[in-house]
Order: sequence, then structure tokens, then C-alpha cells
Amino acid sequence: MISILQSYSTMLLRSLGYTLVLTVLALIFAMIIGLIFALMNVSHSRILNIIGAVYVDAVRGVPLIVLAFFIYFGVPQAFKMMGFARFRLPALQAGTIALAMNCGAYMAEIFRAGIESIDKGQMEASRSLGLTYGTSMKCVILPQAFRVMIPSIINQFIITLKDTSILSVIGYPELTNMGRTIAGNTFLSLQTWAIVGVLYMVVIVSLSKASKRLERKIKIEEDAGKPRKRHRDQ
Amino acid sequence: MTDTVKIHVKDLKKYFGKLEVLKSISIDIHEGEVVVVIGPSGSGKSTFLRCLNKLEHSTGGTIIVDGNDINDKNVNINKVREDIGMVFQHFNLFPNMNVIKNIMLAPVKTKKMTEDKARETGMSLLSRVGLKDKAEAYPQQLSGGQKQRVAIARALAMNPSIMLFDEPTSALDPEMVGEVLQVMKDLAKGGMTMVVVTHEMGFAREVADRIVFMDGGYIIEEGTPEELLKNPKQERTQSFLSKVL
Repeated sequence: MISILQSYSTMLLRSLGYTLVLTVLALIFAMIIGLIFALMNVSHSRILNIIGAVYVDAVRGVPLIVLAFFIYFGVPQAFKMMGFARFRLPALQAGTIALAMNCGAYMAEIFRAGIESIDKGQMEASRSLGLTYGTSMKCVILPQAFRVMIPSIINQFIITLKDTSILSVIGYPELTNMGRTIAGNTFLSLQTWAIVGVLYMVVIVSLSKASKRLERKIKIEEDAGKPRKRHRDQ
Repeated sequence: MTDTVKIHVKDLKKYFGKLEVLKSISIDIHEGEVVVVIGPSGSGKSTFLRCLNKLEHSTGGTIIVDGNDINDKNVNINKVREDIGMVFQHFNLFPNMNVIKNIMLAPVKTKKMTEDKARETGMSLLSRVGLKDKAEAYPQQLSGGQKQRVAIARALAMNPSIMLFDEPTSALDPEMVGEVLQVMKDLAKGGMTMVVVTHEMGFAREVADRIVFMDGGYIIEEGTPEELLKNPKQERTQSFLSKVL
């Protein structure tokens, strides 16, 4: 185990870095995708509802590995058939797109649930003051919904981080892929996969610890705003 | 009260799916008039009120507010709503903002008022409803009566000429009803056009220019408090009043 760490530590750390970069990129795009499709899903337009529902169902209905193959191998072939012979889609881009699309569909559901958890009266009060639907969403509904969503978003962050390992199949140089290389070179499977596992675990456990702390902080802030608890017999 | 018609409603109908909630409502409300709508629950009074600022889309009929046909696609409903304040049963204050921010939001966003000007207006409205010291408090720190007074101040910040009240005291502890009604009485004295759905018969008797009794999606009877409360002509009005008075 020591020998692996001695010879491969920089490579392991670099691949962990790639994993994190991919996760963060995918997550940023997924937030944007999720917000757009969630707004479609809660809108009053039938057509937008359908588009939103189709996206969420389609992407959630396909395993990430199939989506990754489709984008990495399938999409360039489609471009070739259309006459763009020189079109290339590197693994980082393809992986980011696949992961962002996948995570975006789940984000859309988190956002939708968050928005719908806010009392209908909030939108009505805001609209009755003459604010537009968009301003009401931005200034009244989304800030409240976001608080509700934070734990689910962090949970999705952790899931996405683990899902990056699936992208090793398209040759993306992330942590799992590096594990395969090292195990292949050294034949020390037990030690290699133990190290890789621990690396994932360290990142994820620290993330969920941070999330717990954040949740507690929000709870304290909310409680601070409330008056003292009333007696039950009142 | 003047002769100018502020709100003109003609043959208003509203369905929720197959359920016909408003059957045919026609009424003219004049500038400065205080109209109190009473009736049993399920009679359609809240729905009627919510149709007036298009929180509910009417199924048929005409509603003209200040000369604007609110069902006309060319009429900007947001502009019309700026002139119609609404107060809800459950206050609907924004819990993520403190009191003064609740009041400032709409003027700043829709009238492009500066923050300073909006704060100034907000503070004077708060002192008008007796809550100047609560400007920085959050809604969850206030009692029901205080919340409702903030909600009234928030609606007034847009400087509306019409105020709609949807059972504003129904969710309050009994000892807090008075403070909210007092603010509403002051508004009425100031010449505000008001449509109030309420079960507070004392308020209706004292403040209303006209009381409208609704049941089953119709206006059954209307008149001055004197006429309607003392000498109701319709049998249904009589039986309703005998239960609530």
C-alpha cells in the first residue's frame, strides 16, 4: 500500500481533482438546467409543462452510463452523418454534458418540489401588489424555496460526485479510472481500491458534515426569528 | 362617497371545473363606498372578491375597474392591481423579509421608487397602523393582529384607491380583532373605496355604506345596514341573520 502511495500519490490526487472539477461543472450546469425545467413544470402554460415533464422523464428514464455512451459515441456520429467529419467531443465535455443533463433532471424535481412547498398565498399576495409573475418568483418564492431545498441539493451533490465514477467508461481521467490504471499496473487490486474508496469517502463525508452544519445554521436562524414557544395548554 | 363608479360588475360567472360558484353577479361600487359582503360559507363571497383583481379568472361576464376591463387581453393586469390593495385572511406576509422590506418590495419593484423614499413611505404607514417600532422585526415575531396591520400597510404602500379585504379578522384571536378593525375604520373614514368580506356584523353595521348578502352564488339582497340588518326582505337573509346576530 505504501508503495502505491509513493509512486501514484500525485496521479491519484490529480484524478481526484478531475473528479471534483467534473462534479462542480456538472452541478453548475445542472442547477441552471434544473431551474429552467422546474420553472417550466410549475408554469401555467400547458406546452411548457409538457416540455418540462418530457425532459425529466426522458433523462431519468435512461441510465447515466447509456446517456454517457450516447453523447460520447452517438452524438459525434450524428454530426458525421450530417457532414461534419471533423467534429470531436472530448471526454471532459461529453462527460460534463451527460452528468449535467442527468443531474439537471433530478435538480428540476428538487426545485419543483421546493417551489410547490411554498404556500400559494405568497404568490397571490405578491401578484395582488402588482408584481409580475417573474418578479414574484425571483423575489418572493425562490428565496423561500431555496432554503427548503438546500439539504436536497447537497444530497444531489454527493450523488453526482459518486456518479462521476461511471464516466470512467468513456475514458475520463477521474479517480475510478485512475484506480483501474493503477490496479492494472501493479496487480495490487485490494490496496488500490481501498485507497480509492477512502479518497471518495473523505470527500463525501466532509461534504455531508458541512451540509449538516449548514442545515443546523439555517434552523437556528429560523428559530431565532420565532417568538418563545407557547405553552401547550394555552 | 361620490357618483363615480369605481368597480362595475355585470353578469359575473365563475366555475371551478363543473361547480358553478358564482351564477350571475352584477353590482356597481362607487368611489369612496364601503361595501361589506356577508353570507354563509360556500356562498361565493371570497371568490367574488378574488375575481375583482383577477386572482381568480372569471368564466363569464364583465368586470371594469377604473375604466379598465380586466378580462381584456390588452389591459395590463399588473398595472390595474397596483391600484387595488388586497388583504388576506392568512396575512400572507413574506417570511423571508422583515416588516419594512415587506412594505418596500412592491413600490421599489413596480414604481421604481428609490429605497429611501420607499422606506420613508413605509415608516409613515407603519406609524399609521401603530407599528413603527416593529419595522425591523420579522413576520414570525409578530402577533396575528400585528401581522394583519402590517399586511394592510403593505397594501397601502402602493397608494391604491381600492382596498379588498378577504375575511381579514377570521384567523385572529378574539382580542386582536379590534385593533385590525380600527385600522379599517380609519381607512373608511379617509374615503377609501373598500370591499370587505367579513363575519364581523358590528363592523358592517357601523362602517358599511352598503351590505351585500350572498348565498349560492347569487346576490340575494343588498341595502344600507339599517335596511338589511333590521328589515331583511328575503327569507334566506332573515334566516342567516337570525343565526349570526
